[in-house]
This record gives sequence, C-alpha cells and structure tokens, in this order.
Amino acid sequence: MVDFKLSDEHEALRQTVREFAAKEIAPVIGDYYERHAFPYEIIAKMGEMGLFGLPFPEEYGGMGGDYFALCLALEEIARVDSSVSITLEAAISLGAMPIYRFGTEEQKKQYLPDLLSGRKLAAFGLTEPGTGSDAGGTMTRAELSEDGTEWIINGSKAFITNSGTDISTLVTVTAVTGIKENGKKEISSIIVPHGTPGFTVAPGYSKVGWCASDTHELTFDNVRVPVGNLVGEQGRGYAQFLRILDEGRIAISALAVGLAQGCVDESVKYAKERHAFGQPIANYQAVQFKIADMELRAHTSRLAYYDAAARMLAGEDFKRQAAIAKLYSSEAATTSARECAQIHGGYGFMNEFPAGRFYRDAKILEIGEGTSEVQRMLIARDLLS
Amino acid sequence: MKIVVLVKQVPDSGSERSLRADDGTVDRASASNVINEMDEYAIEEALKIAEAQGGEVTLLTMGPDAATESIRKALSMGPDGAVHVTDDALHGSCALGTSKVLAAALRTLEFDLVLCGAESTDGRTQTMPHMLAERLGVPALTGARKLTVEGSTLTVERQTDEGYEVVQATGPAIVSVWDTINEPRYPSFKGIMAAKKKPIATKSLADLGVEAGEVGLAGATSKVLSSAKRPARSGGQKVEDSGNGGADLVAYLSAEKFV
Ligand SMILES: Cc1cc2nc3c(=O)[nH]c(=O)nc-3n(C[C@H](O)[C@H](O)[C@H](O)COP(=O)(O)OP(=O)(O)OC[C@H]3O[C@@H](n4cnc5c(N)ncnc54)[C@H](O)[C@@H]3O)c2cc1C
Repeated sequence: MVDFKLSDEHEALRQTVREFAAKEIAPVIGDYYERHAFPYEIIAKMGEMGLFGLPFPEEYGGMGGDYFALCLALEEIARVDSSVSITLEAAISLGAMPIYRFGTEEQKKQYLPDLLSGRKLAAFGLTEPGTGSDAGGTMTRAELSEDGTEWIINGSKAFITNSGTDISTLVTVTAVTGIKENGKKEISSIIVPHGTPGFTVAPGYSKVGWCASDTHELTFDNVRVPVGNLVGEQGRGYAQFLRILDEGRIAISALAVGLAQGCVDESVKYAKERHAFGQPIANYQAVQFKIADMELRAHTSRLAYYDAAARMLAGEDFKRQAAIAKLYSSEAATTSARECAQIHGGYGFMNEFPAGRFYRDAKILEIGEGTSEVQRMLIARDLLS
Repeated sequence: MKIVVLVKQVPDSGSERSLRADDGTVDRASASNVINEMDEYAIEEALKIAEAQGGEVTLLTMGPDAATESIRKALSMGPDGAVHVTDDALHGSCALGTSKVLAAALRTLEFDLVLCGAESTDGRTQTMPHMLAERLGVPALTGARKLTVEGSTLTVERQTDEGYEVVQATGPAIVSVWDTINEPRYPSFKGIMAAKKKPIATKSLADLGVEAGEVGLAGATSKVLSSAKRPARSGGQKVEDSGNGGADLVAYLSAEKFV
C-alpha cells in the first residue's frame, strides 16, 4: 500500500514549525538578510524547541525523531526563509550527523549534547578553493606527528556553512592521510575545534543569496589536534561523506520544496491583491497558469523527497531517489522563484518582498551538496552500471 | 505543587468566525478550532512553576469530543495529563453553567493552584475565575501579568488600565493571566510524541453529579436573540493639517484611548 499521509506526530510537528516560522521568522528575517547578519535570536528559539535534535536519540539530547521529521521542519522553515533552513540543515546533516554516525562513544558524549540543543554549531569542511564536485581532488593534508599523538593539518576549505558564528564550535574536515595501494588518495575525517592554533576563519563571503546564513573560507596552518579527533576509521573519509551527502540531498530537497511552496504562497497572495487594467492580476490566465505550474512543481518535488526519505528510513537503497529528489526540487525552486518574482513585477526585484529573497536564495540549491550535473551523473551511473 | 490549567478550545480568532443560525451558539463545525490563545500563557506559567518547584500539571477542558485535538496539542507543551468533560447536554452552556461544570470537575481533583487565561477569544466574559472562586470558596487573583509562588503564598501583579496592582492570596486559589506574563514555548517533537501517551480522563455530567437540565441550552441564563456580522471597515477618519493637525491627531488618539 502506498501512503503519503503523514503520521499524527509528523503532522503536529509540521504545524508547530509552520506556526513558529510564521510568527518568529517571517516578520524579522528580512532585516537580518539586509544586514547580512546571522539570526542568533531565531536560532536560540529553534534550539529551545528542540529542532537541532530532531533526528537523534534522546540519550544524546535528541528528540527521538527521524530524518523525515527533520525534512518536514526544513520544508516549513524554507517556506518562509532559506537562510534559517540551511543553517538548521547544515548544523544537523553536515555538522552533528558525521559525529553521530561515525564518531566514537566518547566523541558523541563530548559534542552531541551541545550541538543537539542548538547551543553550539558544527560545520563540515569538504569543499576546497580548488575542488568541490571532484572530492577526490582534496588537497588538505593531515600527517601524524612524530610521536604519533597528534594530527598536523595543512590546507584550506571553501564555502563552509556555520563555520564562523559566535557559537561555531568545531569543523569536521576531510584530509588526505596517505596513499592507498591502488595509488588513490586515502581520505579521512578529523574534528578540528575552533580556537585551535593555526586554524583561521576568514571573514564571511559576500553572497548573492542565503544572506542571513554563515559561510567562510577556512585555513589550516600546521594545526595540531589529538589523534583521538579522527572520526571513524582512518581512510574511511570518502565513504563517510558519500553517505552524509546522500542523505543530505533529501534534506536539501525538502528545503527546495519549502522554497517552491513559499513561491506559491506569495504569488497567490500577491495576485489577489494586485490590480492591473481594472482587475486583480489573479484573473489573468497567464498568471493563473504560472501559479498552477508552481504548485505542480512543489507537489511533485515533495512526493520525490517523501519517497527518498521513506526508502532511507526503511533501510533500502535510496541514492538514486535522493539524487532525483534533489535535482528535480532544486530546479523546481529556481523556476518557481523566477516566476514568483515575475508575478510580483517590480516588487519582485525588491529585497523587501519575500519574492526577491526567494529569487536570490534559489540558485544555490542547484549548486550546493552536489550540483545538478553531479546529480545527473549519479542517476545515469546508477542506471547504466 | 498540584496545578490545574483550564483550557478551552475556541474557533481561531485569526479566521472567519460565526454563530449558528439555529441556536445562536458558536459555529464550531465550520471553524478551524484552536487552543484559546490566552490559555497557552496559563499552561506556560504552570509548566514554569512545576519545573522550578516540582509538581504536576493537569489540564481541564469542557468541550465537545473534537476538543481532544486541542488537548493533545496542549499536552505536547508538557503537562502531565488532562481531564476532558464532554457531554451532549453541555451544548450551549452559558458562563454560569460552564462554571458549575468546571467547579464540579475541580472538586474531583486535588489542586493548590488553578491557572486560566484572563479571557477566551470567543466568549470574552472574563468571569470564569470569579465564578469558580465563588463556587469553590477559594480566592481569585485575576488578570495577572506576573505571578510569584512562595510556599502557599501567591502574589500577582494585576494588570490594570493605569498600571498594575499587587495582590496576594493563600492557596489554593485561582489565577487568571494575560499574555504579558510570559512567552509560551513551542512544543518539541519529544513533547509531541509524549503527548500521545499521556492520560486524558473523560468525564460525563453524570460522572460529576451535575444534572443535565442545569446546564447546556436548557439551563442557560443568557441567550443570543439575534446577531449580525460586524460591518465592513469604513474609510476611517482623516486628520487634515491646517495648522493644528498635531493637536487634532492627539485629540483623536486620546478620545479613542490609544494614548
Ligand atoms: C553558500 C554555500 C554554502 C556551502 N556550504 C558548504 C559546506 O558547508 N561544506 C562544504 O564542504 N561545501 C559547501 N559548499 C560547497 C558546495 O558544495 C560546492 O560549491 C559544490 O559542491 C560545487 O563545487 P565547486 O564550487 O567546486 O564547483 P565545481 O566542482 O568546480 O563545478 C563547476 C561546474 O562544473 C561542473 N562539473 C564539475 N565536474 C563535472 C563533471 N564531471 N561533469 C559535468 N560537469 C561537471 C559542475 O556541475 C559545475 O557546474 C557551499 C557552497 C555555497 C555556495
């Protein structure tokens, strides 16, 4: 039996987050965005209601929910604002998840309570100035110190989300820790706490969108951390981030669906209010069809991510479905954001309307956590292999 | 400390509300029903007290079966359990009738403190705490913007048009609160999941020993004879500035009690 109906608990969560987004984010986020300021106050409130612990068990301070609960929260937040949604997405699926999935019991006990409460943020550093899609091209190196007690890390990472806020506490970086028998680089993940000597966070980028989210370039100059900061086994870094990115795609898809749905919300509202040639523009078929297509994209994208999430939670292979969901929903989001701005006319080009913000925020969805081209490669590879 | 919080399900004040054509009672069927907004503040206050001093928080609702939905939502904020008084004969109860039923239900519960919202967004009579206090023979401290609990001494800052009054009583007592008292929490997912398993005791009028004829439409002491929709907003008043526009503006604002 196919069933896309949400459970009572998931539905209650969705409504609660929706109410939160409408009351606590929508009225104030435009101002943070304009100032390129990180919304600490909103993040603190989200921490209080347990959003940062959603998909984690209670023993580490989590809410005992599942990844689907996280996706619903991301969708409802992105319906109002993407900067806040990506902050939550990155904090959980890139920040806390690698430690939860691959860390030692000691690492989990040390880091997760702060991360899952939203008091602290963790980041994940994979992308480098010279390489993104081609993760095998990682240049950052980690070598063991002579006495074998420390990793010495050198290199830099680019575009790292949540890495430079006042509450950023650590970044898990991927680094080359040797050469494998087949001549390929051996990649491992290592936790680098903020404040470690030699670890520098550059000032925030000037971004086209996601202006209230936190993104920095990081440099590592002979940064020494204890060997115990290795996450999981040495040499498993590549496999680890593939898993992290696979599930992260479902989360990004949920975020994209939220943005696409937000475009419907804003367009419906505006089209009824705005008059041209003596009647509401909602009366014109050209506008109606745009709105119908927007809803079509939001709805079908949502089904795609529900399907990928359901497979993942059932323990089935979900890689292709996650790639499909991410690809389809991010392209849906950019198309809908463009149409939403169009329906808003000149106001669609103004930052004071959500439509303008949606337009600026949509593009990155086709780039981050695997570009659209990479998703197509993954889907094709899965079909042709 | 045992705290009971009165929670009412009301039609959402943010959307279109109406009265039923047949008996003049609130049309619940066509409304989207929510927890009375002010009650969320009462729940938050109860949870804060219980968290700081230890204790148990029980919700008490009188309402149709469908009110269970609002009770579950309220439970997801953190209270321990709920009592739901529901009976077909309750339909159309006036404030006095409601207070009779709630008082009867409260007599079956142990409490040191009863908290409630200062008013409901549908009835807006603000009389429930007084009626309950009278029926139960306990003090009522109403319209609180601040509540301090020290042992059995309850001190509130009672919000008035001019400022506030400090009033004190010894518990058990009834305290009604305004939305200035705190910032209600949003339920967490853990809370949502826990709410599913929390006990909701359902009570009928017979369980409480209340005669059906004393409450509901049959026993109502007030009745809606006729009603009309609020007129659409008029154009408003324009203050033209011909030298003393400032003074005119202030005169208008103070006449309307804005300042
Ligand atoms: C705001 C923001 C936040 C980010 N947050 C993080 C973070 O927290 N952590 C992190 O590690 N990274 C983060 N990133 C990085 C992001 O994941 C990368 O930008 C993305 O993966 C693309 O990598 P790249 O920029 O190096 O582009 P490239 O890989 O250089 O790609 C350039 C173009 O070439 C195409 N291309 C590349 N290879 C192929 C191929 N084989 N076939 C066809 N086309 C190809 C790409 O699709 C793209 O169109 C973030 C980026 C941004 C902008």
